[in-house]
Amino acid sequence: MSTPEPSVFLESPVVVKPKRRAPRKINLVPWIFLAPAVIVFATYVVIPIFQSFWLSLYDWDGLSPTKKFLGLSNYTELFQDDQFWTSLKNNLYWLILFLLGPVVGLAIAIFLNQKIRAMRIVKSLFFFPFVLSGVVIGLVFSWFYEPAHGLLSTILSMFGLPAISPLSDEHWVTPAIIAAGLWPQIAYCMILYLTGLTAVDPEQIEAARIDGARGMKMLWHVIMPQLRPATFIAVVVTIIGALRSFDLVQVMTDGGPFGRSSILAYFMFQQSITNFRMGYGAAIAVVLFLIMSVFIALFLRHMIRNERT
Amino acid sequence: MFPAPIQNASAPKRYAYYAAIVIALLLWLLPLMAVLLTSVRSLEDLNAGNYWGWPREWKFSNYAEVFQSTPMLRYMVNTVIITLPAVAGAIALASLAGYALAKFRFRGNLLIFCMFVGGNFVPFQILMVPVRNMAVRIGVYDTYWALILFHLAFQTGFCALFMRNFISTLPNALLESARVEGANEFRIFWSIILPLMRPALAALAVLVFTFIWNDYFWALVMVQSDAVKPVTTGLSALRGEWVASWQLISAGSIIAALPPVAMFFLLQRQFISGLTLGSVK
Repeated sequence: MSTPEPSVFLESPVVVKPKRRAPRKINLVPWIFLAPAVIVFATYVVIPIFQSFWLSLYDWDGLSPTKKFLGLSNYTELFQDDQFWTSLKNNLYWLILFLLGPVVGLAIAIFLNQKIRAMRIVKSLFFFPFVLSGVVIGLVFSWFYEPAHGLLSTILSMFGLPAISPLSDEHWVTPAIIAAGLWPQIAYCMILYLTGLTAVDPEQIEAARIDGARGMKMLWHVIMPQLRPATFIAVVVTIIGALRSFDLVQVMTDGGPFGRSSILAYFMFQQSITNFRMGYGAAIAVVLFLIMSVFIALFLRHMIRNERT
Repeated sequence: MFPAPIQNASAPKRYAYYAAIVIALLLWLLPLMAVLLTSVRSLEDLNAGNYWGWPREWKFSNYAEVFQSTPMLRYMVNTVIITLPAVAGAIALASLAGYALAKFRFRGNLLIFCMFVGGNFVPFQILMVPVRNMAVRIGVYDTYWALILFHLAFQTGFCALFMRNFISTLPNALLESARVEGANEFRIFWSIILPLMRPALAALAVLVFTFIWNDYFWALVMVQSDAVKPVTTGLSALRGEWVASWQLISAGSIIAALPPVAMFFLLQRQFISGLTLGSVK
Protein backbone atom coordinates (compact mmCIF):
# COMPACT_ATOMS: atom_id res chain seq x y z
CA MET A 1 0.00 0.00 0.00
CA SER A 2 1.39 3.35 -0.95
CA THR A 3 1.10 6.31 1.32
CA PRO A 4 -0.89 9.13 -0.22
CA GLU A 5 0.88 12.40 -0.80
CA PRO A 6 0.08 14.94 1.87
CA SER A 7 -0.86 17.49 -0.75
CA VAL A 8 -3.83 15.34 -1.67
CA PHE A 9 -5.36 16.13 1.69
CA LEU A 10 -4.35 19.72 1.82
CA GLU A 11 -5.47 20.77 -1.62
CA SER A 12 -8.38 18.52 -2.28
CA PRO A 13 -10.88 21.17 -3.45
CA VAL A 14 -14.03 19.23 -2.66
CA VAL A 15 -13.44 18.84 1.06
CA VAL A 16 -11.67 22.03 1.94
CA LYS A 17 -13.40 24.74 0.00
CA PRO A 18 -16.64 25.14 1.89
CA LYS A 19 -14.77 25.12 5.19
CA ARG A 20 -11.87 27.29 4.16
CA ARG A 21 -13.27 30.64 5.20
CA ALA A 22 -14.30 29.83 8.72
CA PRO A 23 -11.04 28.31 10.01
CA ARG A 24 -8.95 31.08 8.44
CA LYS A 25 -10.88 33.74 10.28
CA ILE A 26 -10.56 32.00 13.63
CA ASN A 27 -6.93 31.11 13.16
CA LEU A 28 -5.68 34.67 13.22
CA VAL A 29 -7.18 35.45 16.62
CA PRO A 30 -4.86 33.36 18.84
CA TRP A 31 -1.86 34.86 17.08
CA ILE A 32 -3.02 38.37 17.90
CA PHE A 33 -3.28 37.36 21.55
CA LEU A 34 0.12 35.68 21.40
CA ALA A 35 2.05 38.26 19.42
CA PRO A 36 3.21 40.64 22.17
CA ALA A 37 4.37 37.85 24.50
CA VAL A 38 6.05 35.89 21.71
CA ILE A 39 7.83 38.95 20.36
CA VAL A 40 9.32 40.06 23.68
CA PHE A 41 10.18 36.52 24.72
CA ALA A 42 11.85 35.78 21.41
CA THR A 43 13.79 39.04 21.53
CA TYR A 44 15.12 38.56 25.04
CA VAL A 45 15.35 34.78 25.38
CA VAL A 46 15.15 32.73 22.19
CA ILE A 47 17.23 34.83 19.80
CA PRO A 48 20.00 35.56 22.35
CA ILE A 49 20.53 31.80 22.76
CA PHE A 50 21.40 31.52 19.06
CA GLN A 51 23.47 34.69 19.21
CA SER A 52 25.52 33.21 22.04
CA PHE A 53 26.25 30.10 19.97
CA TRP A 54 27.41 32.34 17.14
CA LEU A 55 29.45 34.61 19.41
CA SER A 56 31.27 31.64 20.89
CA LEU A 57 33.09 31.29 17.58
CA TYR A 58 34.59 34.77 17.86
CA ASP A 59 37.18 36.68 19.81
CA TRP A 60 35.51 39.85 21.10
CA ASP A 61 36.16 42.23 23.99
CA GLY A 62 32.60 43.53 24.10
CA LEU A 63 33.56 47.04 23.06
CA SER A 64 35.40 47.11 19.74
CA PRO A 65 33.26 47.25 16.58
CA THR A 66 34.98 44.23 15.00
CA LYS A 67 34.99 40.62 16.07
CA LYS A 68 37.67 38.17 15.06
CA PHE A 69 36.48 34.79 13.80
CA LEU A 70 38.17 31.91 15.59
CA GLY A 71 36.21 28.86 14.60
CA LEU A 72 36.16 26.38 17.43
CA SER A 73 39.35 27.52 19.12
CA ASN A 74 37.45 29.06 22.08
CA TYR A 75 36.28 25.53 22.77
CA THR A 76 39.68 23.89 22.36
CA GLU A 77 41.12 26.48 24.73
CA LEU A 78 38.26 25.86 27.14
CA PHE A 79 38.87 22.13 27.30
CA GLN A 80 42.50 22.78 28.21
CA ASP A 81 41.65 25.37 30.85
CA ASP A 82 42.07 24.03 34.42
CA GLN A 83 39.58 26.56 35.70
CA PHE A 84 36.96 25.09 33.36
CA TRP A 85 37.45 21.59 34.74
CA THR A 86 37.41 22.85 38.34
CA SER A 87 34.16 24.68 37.63
CA LEU A 88 32.62 21.71 35.88
CA LYS A 89 33.58 19.42 38.76
CA ASN A 90 32.04 21.86 41.21
CA ASN A 91 28.87 21.95 39.12
CA LEU A 92 28.75 18.20 39.50
CA TYR A 93 29.08 18.54 43.30
CA TRP A 94 26.27 21.07 43.29
CA LEU A 95 24.11 18.78 41.23
CA ILE A 96 24.64 15.74 43.45
CA LEU A 97 24.50 17.44 46.84
CA PHE A 98 21.51 19.53 45.79
CA LEU A 99 19.52 16.32 45.47
CA LEU A 100 19.44 16.37 49.26
CA GLY A 101 16.86 19.11 48.67
CA PRO A 102 14.01 16.78 47.66
CA VAL A 103 15.07 14.18 50.26
CA VAL A 104 15.21 16.54 53.23
CA GLY A 105 12.23 18.48 51.88
CA LEU A 106 10.16 15.28 51.90
CA ALA A 107 11.34 14.42 55.42
CA ILE A 108 10.32 17.84 56.74
CA ALA A 109 7.02 17.71 54.85
CA ILE A 110 6.14 14.37 56.47
CA PHE A 111 7.29 15.68 59.84
CA LEU A 112 5.01 18.72 59.52
CA ASN A 113 1.99 17.06 57.92
CA GLN A 114 -0.11 17.18 61.09
CA LYS A 115 -3.22 19.09 61.94
CA ILE A 116 -2.30 20.86 65.14
CA ARG A 117 -2.74 24.45 66.22
CA ALA A 118 -0.09 26.89 65.00
CA MET A 119 1.03 24.44 62.31
CA ARG A 120 0.35 27.04 59.64
CA ILE A 121 2.86 29.44 61.11
CA VAL A 122 5.39 26.63 61.63
CA LYS A 123 5.12 25.67 57.96
CA SER A 124 5.56 29.29 56.90
CA LEU A 125 8.64 29.66 59.06
CA PHE A 126 10.13 26.58 57.44
CA PHE A 127 9.24 27.86 54.01
CA PHE A 128 10.23 31.48 54.11
CA PRO A 129 13.99 31.15 53.37
CA PHE A 130 12.68 30.56 49.86
CA VAL A 131 11.65 34.20 49.54
CA LEU A 132 15.07 35.54 50.56
CA SER A 133 17.38 36.72 47.80
CA GLY A 134 20.66 34.96 47.09
CA VAL A 135 22.52 38.04 48.28
CA VAL A 136 20.81 37.98 51.66
CA ILE A 137 21.31 34.22 52.03
CA GLY A 138 24.95 34.64 51.03
CA LEU A 139 25.48 37.33 53.66
CA VAL A 140 23.57 35.40 56.32
CA PHE A 141 25.75 32.34 55.79
CA SER A 142 28.96 34.36 55.42
CA TRP A 143 28.34 35.65 58.92
CA PHE A 144 27.38 32.19 60.16
CA TYR A 145 30.66 30.75 58.79
CA GLU A 146 32.84 33.69 59.82
CA PRO A 147 35.90 32.05 61.45
CA ALA A 148 36.67 34.43 64.34
CA HIS A 149 33.24 35.34 65.70
CA GLY A 150 30.69 33.53 63.52
CA LEU A 151 28.04 31.41 65.17
CA LEU A 152 29.35 28.14 63.74
CA SER A 153 32.83 28.60 65.20
CA THR A 154 31.34 29.83 68.48
CA ILE A 155 29.18 26.72 68.75
CA LEU A 156 32.11 24.45 67.86
CA SER A 157 34.27 26.06 70.53
CA MET A 158 31.51 25.46 73.10
CA PHE A 159 32.08 21.76 72.45
CA GLY A 160 35.82 22.23 72.71
CA LEU A 161 36.36 21.94 68.95
CA PRO A 162 38.70 24.25 67.04
CA ALA A 163 37.26 27.17 65.06
CA ILE A 164 36.96 26.55 61.34
CA SER A 165 36.91 28.79 58.30
CA PRO A 166 34.93 26.86 55.69
CA LEU A 167 34.90 29.64 53.09
CA SER A 168 38.68 29.88 52.89
CA ASP A 169 39.33 26.14 52.98
CA GLU A 170 39.68 24.78 49.47
CA HIS A 171 38.10 21.44 50.36
CA TRP A 172 35.20 22.77 52.39
CA VAL A 173 34.33 25.89 50.47
CA THR A 174 32.05 24.28 47.88
CA PRO A 175 30.10 22.10 50.33
CA ALA A 176 29.74 25.15 52.59
CA ILE A 177 28.22 27.24 49.79
CA ILE A 178 26.01 24.35 48.70
CA ALA A 179 24.70 24.04 52.26
CA ALA A 180 23.63 27.68 52.06
CA GLY A 181 22.00 27.01 48.68
CA LEU A 182 20.16 23.98 50.03
CA TRP A 183 18.44 26.08 52.65
CA PRO A 184 15.88 27.70 50.29
CA GLN A 185 15.87 24.65 48.02
CA ILE A 186 14.76 22.35 50.83
CA ALA A 187 12.04 24.86 51.66
CA TYR A 188 10.78 24.77 48.09
CA CYS A 189 10.75 20.96 47.90
CA MET A 190 9.01 20.83 51.27
CA ILE A 191 6.15 22.96 49.96
CA LEU A 192 5.79 20.78 46.86
CA TYR A 193 5.60 17.66 49.03
CA LEU A 194 3.24 19.22 51.56
CA THR A 195 0.88 20.03 48.72
CA GLY A 196 1.38 16.52 47.35
CA LEU A 197 0.63 14.93 50.72
CA THR A 198 -2.72 16.68 51.01
CA ALA A 199 -3.70 15.07 47.71
CA VAL A 200 -2.79 11.52 48.79
CA ASP A 201 -5.83 9.26 48.72
CA PRO A 202 -6.91 8.62 52.34
CA GLU A 203 -8.77 5.42 51.43
CA GLN A 204 -5.61 3.80 50.11
CA ILE A 205 -3.82 4.69 53.34
CA GLU A 206 -6.61 3.17 55.42
CA ALA A 207 -6.63 0.04 53.30
CA ALA A 208 -2.86 -0.31 53.64
CA ARG A 209 -3.11 0.26 57.41
CA ILE A 210 -5.61 -2.54 57.71
CA ASP A 211 -3.15 -4.73 55.79
CA GLY A 212 -0.55 -3.86 58.41
CA ALA A 213 1.61 -1.45 56.42
CA ARG A 214 3.24 1.18 58.63
CA GLY A 215 6.11 3.63 58.73
CA MET A 216 8.74 3.25 56.02
CA LYS A 217 6.90 0.42 54.34
CA MET A 218 3.78 2.53 54.00
CA LEU A 219 5.86 5.47 52.79
CA TRP A 220 7.67 3.48 50.15
CA HIS A 221 4.82 1.37 48.77
CA VAL A 222 1.76 3.54 49.24
CA ILE A 223 2.75 7.17 49.63
CA MET A 224 5.73 7.59 47.31
CA PRO A 225 3.95 6.26 44.20
CA GLN A 226 1.25 8.87 44.76
CA LEU A 227 3.85 11.59 45.26
CA ARG A 228 5.51 10.89 41.93
CA PRO A 229 4.39 14.11 40.22
CA ALA A 230 5.75 16.16 43.13
CA THR A 231 8.99 14.16 43.13
CA PHE A 232 9.49 14.69 39.43
CA ILE A 233 9.04 18.45 39.66
CA ALA A 234 11.16 18.67 42.81
CA VAL A 235 14.06 16.71 41.28
CA VAL A 236 14.08 18.47 37.92
CA VAL A 237 13.71 21.95 39.37
CA THR A 238 16.42 21.15 41.92
CA ILE A 239 18.85 19.98 39.23
CA ILE A 240 18.16 23.02 37.10
CA GLY A 241 18.51 25.23 40.19
CA ALA A 242 21.84 23.61 41.05
CA LEU A 243 23.23 24.25 37.57
CA ARG A 244 21.88 27.79 37.50
CA SER A 245 23.23 28.94 40.84
CA PHE A 246 25.48 31.94 40.68
CA ASP A 247 24.52 34.45 43.38
CA LEU A 248 25.89 32.55 46.37
CA VAL A 249 29.31 31.91 44.83
CA GLN A 250 29.61 35.54 43.76
CA VAL A 251 28.53 36.91 47.15
CA MET A 252 30.27 34.44 49.46
CA THR A 253 33.66 33.76 47.85
CA ASP A 254 33.98 35.34 44.40
CA GLY A 255 34.97 31.86 43.27
CA GLY A 256 37.83 31.70 45.79
CA PRO A 257 40.05 30.64 47.39
CA PHE A 258 42.16 30.45 44.22
CA GLY A 259 39.16 29.75 42.03
CA ARG A 260 38.36 26.58 43.97
CA SER A 261 34.66 27.36 44.45
CA SER A 262 34.02 28.54 40.91
CA ILE A 263 31.17 27.03 38.91
CA LEU A 264 30.45 27.40 35.20
CA ALA A 265 27.91 30.20 35.67
CA TYR A 266 30.41 32.18 37.71
CA PHE A 267 33.39 31.31 35.48
CA MET A 268 31.44 32.59 32.48
CA PHE A 269 30.58 35.85 34.23
CA GLN A 270 34.16 36.33 35.30
CA GLN A 271 35.60 35.77 31.82
CA SER A 272 33.06 38.04 30.09
CA ILE A 273 32.64 40.91 32.52
CA THR A 274 35.93 40.98 34.40
CA ASN A 275 38.27 39.82 31.63
CA PHE A 276 36.31 41.24 28.67
CA ARG A 277 36.41 37.91 26.83
CA MET A 278 32.84 37.82 25.53
CA GLY A 279 33.44 35.09 22.97
CA TYR A 280 35.17 32.83 25.46
CA GLY A 281 32.41 33.55 27.96
CA ALA A 282 29.80 32.65 25.35
CA ALA A 283 31.57 29.32 24.78
CA ILE A 284 31.36 28.55 28.51
CA ALA A 285 27.67 29.52 28.46
CA VAL A 286 27.08 27.19 25.52
CA VAL A 287 28.58 24.24 27.43
CA LEU A 288 26.42 25.02 30.46
CA PHE A 289 23.38 25.42 28.25
CA LEU A 290 23.97 22.06 26.55
CA ILE A 291 24.27 20.30 29.91
CA MET A 292 21.08 21.91 31.12
CA SER A 293 19.13 21.31 27.94
CA VAL A 294 19.16 17.59 28.77
CA PHE A 295 17.13 18.31 31.89
CA ILE A 296 14.99 20.95 30.22
CA ALA A 297 14.12 18.44 27.48
CA LEU A 298 13.27 15.85 30.15
CA PHE A 299 10.93 18.32 31.81
CA LEU A 300 9.26 19.28 28.53
CA ARG A 301 8.77 15.65 27.56
CA HIS A 302 7.13 14.93 30.87
CA MET A 303 4.90 17.97 30.48
CA ILE A 304 3.82 17.04 26.96
CA ARG A 305 2.99 13.51 28.09
CA ASN A 306 0.84 14.92 30.86
CA GLU A 307 -0.97 17.08 28.33
CA ARG A 308 -1.91 14.12 26.20
CA THR A 309 -3.38 12.01 28.97
CA MET B 1 -3.65 11.08 56.34
CA PHE B 2 0.02 10.22 56.37
CA PRO B 3 1.71 10.07 58.79
CA ALA B 4 -0.87 8.95 61.36
CA PRO B 5 -2.41 11.93 63.16
CA ILE B 6 -0.42 12.82 66.23
CA GLN B 7 -3.68 13.37 68.14
CA ASN B 8 -4.09 9.59 68.27
CA ALA B 9 -0.67 9.07 69.83
CA SER B 10 0.02 8.75 73.55
CA ALA B 11 0.57 11.90 75.59
CA PRO B 12 4.37 11.53 75.96
CA LYS B 13 4.71 10.95 72.21
CA ARG B 14 2.60 14.02 71.56
CA TYR B 15 4.76 16.23 73.77
CA ALA B 16 7.91 14.79 72.26
CA TYR B 17 6.54 15.78 68.87
CA TYR B 18 5.85 19.35 69.96
CA ALA B 19 9.33 19.61 71.41
CA ALA B 20 10.86 18.20 68.24
CA ILE B 21 9.09 20.86 66.18
CA VAL B 22 10.41 23.67 68.33
CA ILE B 23 13.96 22.29 68.20
CA ALA B 24 13.85 21.70 64.45
CA LEU B 25 12.54 25.21 63.89
CA LEU B 26 15.30 26.71 66.04
CA LEU B 27 17.98 24.81 64.14
CA TRP B 28 16.41 25.69 60.80
CA LEU B 29 16.38 29.39 61.56
CA LEU B 30 19.70 29.50 63.43
CA PRO B 31 21.70 31.41 60.76
CA LEU B 32 18.89 33.92 60.46
CA MET B 33 18.59 34.43 64.20
CA ALA B 34 22.32 35.10 64.31
CA VAL B 35 21.82 37.91 61.80
CA LEU B 36 18.80 39.29 63.67
CA LEU B 37 20.71 39.33 66.93
CA THR B 38 23.80 40.93 65.38
CA SER B 39 21.74 43.63 63.70
CA VAL B 40 20.87 45.15 67.09
CA ARG B 41 24.34 44.87 68.65
CA SER B 42 26.23 47.97 69.70
CA LEU B 43 29.75 48.65 68.51
CA GLU B 44 30.93 48.50 72.13
CA ASP B 45 29.63 44.96 72.46
CA LEU B 46 31.35 43.88 69.28
CA ASN B 47 34.62 45.59 70.21
CA ALA B 48 34.53 43.91 73.60
CA GLY B 49 34.11 40.54 71.85
CA ASN B 50 30.57 40.10 73.16
CA TYR B 51 29.16 38.62 69.96
CA TRP B 52 26.71 36.04 71.24
CA GLY B 53 26.17 36.92 74.88
CA TRP B 54 23.25 39.02 76.10
CA PRO B 55 23.58 42.48 74.45
CA ARG B 56 24.38 45.34 76.83
CA GLU B 57 21.94 47.48 74.90
CA TRP B 58 19.52 46.82 72.06
CA LYS B 59 20.77 49.10 69.35
CA PHE B 60 17.91 49.54 66.91
CA SER B 61 19.65 52.67 65.69
CA ASN B 62 21.82 50.40 63.51
CA TYR B 63 18.87 50.35 61.15
CA ALA B 64 18.62 54.13 61.13
CA GLU B 65 22.33 54.33 60.51
CA VAL B 66 22.05 52.14 57.42
CA PHE B 67 19.53 54.55 55.95
CA GLN B 68 21.40 57.68 57.00
CA SER B 69 24.92 56.82 55.96
CA THR B 70 24.27 54.81 52.78
CA PRO B 71 22.06 55.06 49.67
CA MET B 72 19.99 52.11 50.95
CA LEU B 73 16.74 54.04 50.62
CA ARG B 74 17.64 54.94 47.03
CA TYR B 75 18.33 51.25 46.28
CA MET B 76 14.97 50.23 47.72
CA VAL B 77 13.15 52.85 45.67
CA ASN B 78 15.07 51.73 42.58
CA THR B 79 14.00 48.14 43.15
CA VAL B 80 10.37 49.22 43.40
CA ILE B 81 10.66 51.29 40.21
CA ILE B 82 12.11 48.28 38.39
CA THR B 83 9.89 45.60 39.88
CA LEU B 84 6.37 47.00 39.60
CA PRO B 85 6.24 47.76 35.85
CA ALA B 86 8.02 44.49 35.04
CA VAL B 87 5.48 42.49 37.07
CA ALA B 88 2.52 44.33 35.54
CA GLY B 89 3.86 44.00 32.01
CA ALA B 90 4.75 40.32 32.24
CA ILE B 91 1.35 39.45 33.69
CA ALA B 92 -0.52 41.48 31.08
CA LEU B 93 1.30 39.89 28.14
CA ALA B 94 1.08 36.42 29.67
CA SER B 95 -2.67 36.71 30.30
CA LEU B 96 -3.25 37.35 26.61
CA ALA B 97 -0.89 34.57 25.58
CA GLY B 98 -2.31 32.20 28.18
CA TYR B 99 -5.80 32.67 26.79
CA ALA B 100 -4.63 31.86 23.27
CA LEU B 101 -2.71 28.78 24.43
CA ALA B 102 -5.50 27.48 26.66
CA LYS B 103 -8.59 28.02 24.55
CA PHE B 104 -7.55 27.83 20.89
CA ARG B 105 -6.42 24.85 18.89
CA PHE B 106 -3.96 25.86 16.22
CA ARG B 107 -0.74 24.66 14.69
CA GLY B 108 2.26 25.51 16.82
CA ASN B 109 0.28 25.83 20.05
CA LEU B 110 2.31 23.20 21.87
CA LEU B 111 5.56 24.42 20.33
CA ILE B 112 5.03 27.96 21.60
CA PHE B 113 4.03 26.68 24.99
CA CYS B 114 7.25 24.64 25.12
CA MET B 115 9.22 27.70 24.09
CA PHE B 116 7.86 29.65 27.07
CA VAL B 117 8.43 26.81 29.52
CA GLY B 118 11.83 25.73 28.24
CA GLY B 119 13.07 29.30 27.91
CA ASN B 120 12.15 29.87 31.50
CA PHE B 121 14.72 27.27 32.59
CA VAL B 122 17.76 28.25 30.53
CA PRO B 123 20.90 29.44 32.34
CA PHE B 124 21.08 33.23 32.39
CA GLN B 125 24.64 33.10 31.09
CA ILE B 126 23.54 31.94 27.64
CA LEU B 127 21.51 35.17 27.37
CA MET B 128 23.95 37.48 29.07
CA VAL B 129 26.25 38.78 26.33
CA PRO B 130 23.58 39.35 23.64
CA VAL B 131 21.09 40.89 26.07
CA ARG B 132 23.72 43.20 27.48
CA ASN B 133 24.80 44.24 23.98
CA MET B 134 21.24 44.91 23.01
CA ALA B 135 20.84 47.15 26.05
CA VAL B 136 23.96 49.07 25.08
CA ARG B 137 22.82 49.33 21.47
CA ILE B 138 19.35 50.66 22.18
CA GLY B 139 20.79 53.03 24.79
CA VAL B 140 19.18 51.65 27.93
CA TYR B 141 22.31 50.17 29.55
CA ASP B 142 22.64 51.45 33.14
CA THR B 143 19.03 52.71 33.24
CA TYR B 144 15.90 51.30 34.85
CA TRP B 145 14.69 50.25 31.42
CA ALA B 146 17.52 47.76 30.95
CA LEU B 147 16.19 45.73 33.87
CA ILE B 148 12.48 46.44 33.42
CA LEU B 149 12.52 45.23 29.82
CA PHE B 150 14.53 42.12 30.52
CA HIS B 151 12.52 41.03 33.55
CA LEU B 152 9.27 41.77 31.77
CA ALA B 153 10.27 39.62 28.82
CA PHE B 154 11.81 36.77 30.81
CA GLN B 155 9.02 36.46 33.38
CA THR B 156 6.47 36.43 30.57
CA GLY B 157 7.57 32.83 29.99
CA PHE B 158 6.80 31.66 33.52
CA CYS B 159 3.60 33.70 33.65
CA ALA B 160 2.37 32.24 30.35
CA LEU B 161 2.82 28.70 31.71
CA PHE B 162 0.89 29.63 34.80
CA MET B 163 -1.87 31.54 33.01
CA ARG B 164 -2.40 28.85 30.44
CA ASN B 165 -2.80 26.20 33.13
CA PHE B 166 -5.22 28.39 35.02
CA ILE B 167 -7.34 29.41 32.04
CA SER B 168 -7.55 25.75 30.91
CA THR B 169 -9.53 25.02 34.06
CA LEU B 170 -12.22 27.60 33.18
CA PRO B 171 -15.27 25.95 31.59
CA ASN B 172 -15.56 26.15 27.80
CA ALA B 173 -19.35 26.42 28.02
CA LEU B 174 -18.96 29.95 29.27
CA LEU B 175 -17.04 30.99 26.19
CA GLU B 176 -19.34 29.10 23.84
CA SER B 177 -22.45 30.87 25.07
CA ALA B 178 -20.74 34.25 24.74
CA ARG B 179 -19.70 33.35 21.19
CA VAL B 180 -23.24 32.32 20.34
CA GLU B 181 -24.41 35.72 21.49
CA GLY B 182 -21.96 37.25 19.05
CA ALA B 183 -19.30 38.61 21.38
CA ASN B 184 -15.91 38.83 19.70
CA GLU B 185 -12.83 37.18 21.22
CA PHE B 186 -11.42 40.39 22.66
CA ARG B 187 -14.67 41.19 24.38
CA ILE B 188 -14.79 37.63 25.74
CA PHE B 189 -11.28 37.98 27.07
CA TRP B 190 -11.97 41.34 28.66
CA SER B 191 -15.36 40.73 30.23
CA ILE B 192 -15.40 36.97 30.89
CA ILE B 193 -11.88 35.62 31.22
CA LEU B 194 -10.19 38.53 32.94
CA PRO B 195 -12.64 38.82 35.88
CA LEU B 196 -12.35 35.06 36.47
CA MET B 197 -8.58 35.30 36.48
CA ARG B 198 -8.42 37.63 39.46
CA PRO B 199 -7.20 35.05 42.00
CA ALA B 200 -4.58 33.78 39.55
CA LEU B 201 -3.41 37.31 38.83
CA ALA B 202 -2.91 37.97 42.53
CA ALA B 203 -1.01 34.72 43.06
CA LEU B 204 1.22 35.33 40.09
CA ALA B 205 1.88 38.97 40.98
CA VAL B 206 3.11 38.04 44.46
CA LEU B 207 5.39 35.34 43.14
CA VAL B 208 6.89 37.28 40.26
CA PHE B 209 7.34 40.31 42.50
CA THR B 210 9.58 38.17 44.70
CA PHE B 211 11.54 36.75 41.76
CA ILE B 212 12.31 40.18 40.35
CA TRP B 213 12.91 41.83 43.70
CA ASN B 214 15.54 39.19 44.48
CA ASP B 215 17.31 39.28 41.13
CA TYR B 216 21.03 39.76 41.51
CA PHE B 217 22.63 38.52 38.31
CA TRP B 218 20.94 40.90 35.87
CA ALA B 219 21.37 43.84 38.20
CA LEU B 220 25.08 43.05 38.19
CA VAL B 221 25.23 42.82 34.40
CA MET B 222 22.93 45.66 33.35
CA VAL B 223 23.38 48.58 35.76
CA GLN B 224 26.31 50.17 37.54
CA SER B 225 25.46 53.56 39.01
CA ASP B 226 23.98 54.09 42.46
CA ALA B 227 21.15 56.10 40.94
CA VAL B 228 19.58 53.01 39.36
CA LYS B 229 21.12 50.10 41.27
CA PRO B 230 18.55 47.84 42.97
CA VAL B 231 18.84 46.70 46.55
CA THR B 232 20.55 43.35 45.82
CA THR B 233 23.66 44.73 44.10
CA GLY B 234 23.46 47.78 46.36
CA LEU B 235 23.70 45.63 49.47
CA SER B 236 26.54 43.61 48.00
CA ALA B 237 28.46 46.82 47.21
CA LEU B 238 27.85 48.17 50.73
CA ARG B 239 29.27 45.01 52.17
CA GLY B 240 32.59 45.91 50.55
CA GLU B 241 32.49 49.32 52.22
CA TRP B 242 31.44 48.05 55.62
CA VAL B 243 34.24 45.46 55.63
CA ALA B 244 33.66 43.70 58.95
CA SER B 245 30.93 45.87 60.47
CA TRP B 246 28.67 42.89 60.82
CA GLN B 247 26.03 44.81 62.79
CA LEU B 248 25.49 47.07 59.73
CA ILE B 249 25.71 44.24 57.19
CA SER B 250 23.13 42.35 59.24
CA ALA B 251 20.77 45.31 59.52
CA GLY B 252 21.16 46.02 55.79
CA SER B 253 20.39 42.39 54.89
CA ILE B 254 17.24 42.44 56.96
CA ILE B 255 16.08 45.69 55.40
CA ALA B 256 16.66 44.28 51.91
CA ALA B 257 14.80 41.05 52.74
CA LEU B 258 11.86 42.67 54.50
CA PRO B 259 9.56 43.60 51.57
CA PRO B 260 9.36 40.12 50.01
CA VAL B 261 9.19 38.47 53.43
CA ALA B 262 6.37 40.79 54.53
CA MET B 263 4.59 40.17 51.24
CA PHE B 264 4.90 36.43 51.76
CA PHE B 265 3.51 36.46 55.29
CA LEU B 266 0.64 38.75 54.32
CA LEU B 267 -0.32 36.92 51.14
CA GLN B 268 0.77 33.37 51.98
CA ARG B 269 -2.20 31.67 50.42
CA GLN B 270 -1.72 33.41 47.08
CA PHE B 271 2.01 32.83 47.21
CA ILE B 272 1.80 29.08 47.78
CA SER B 273 -1.00 28.56 45.30
CA GLY B 274 1.09 30.48 42.77
CA LEU B 275 4.06 28.29 43.41
CA THR B 276 2.23 25.00 43.09
CA LEU B 277 -0.41 25.76 40.49
CA GLY B 278 2.27 26.61 37.99
CA SER B 279 4.20 23.42 38.55
CA VAL B 280 2.16 20.65 40.17
CA LYS B 281 -0.80 19.44 38.30
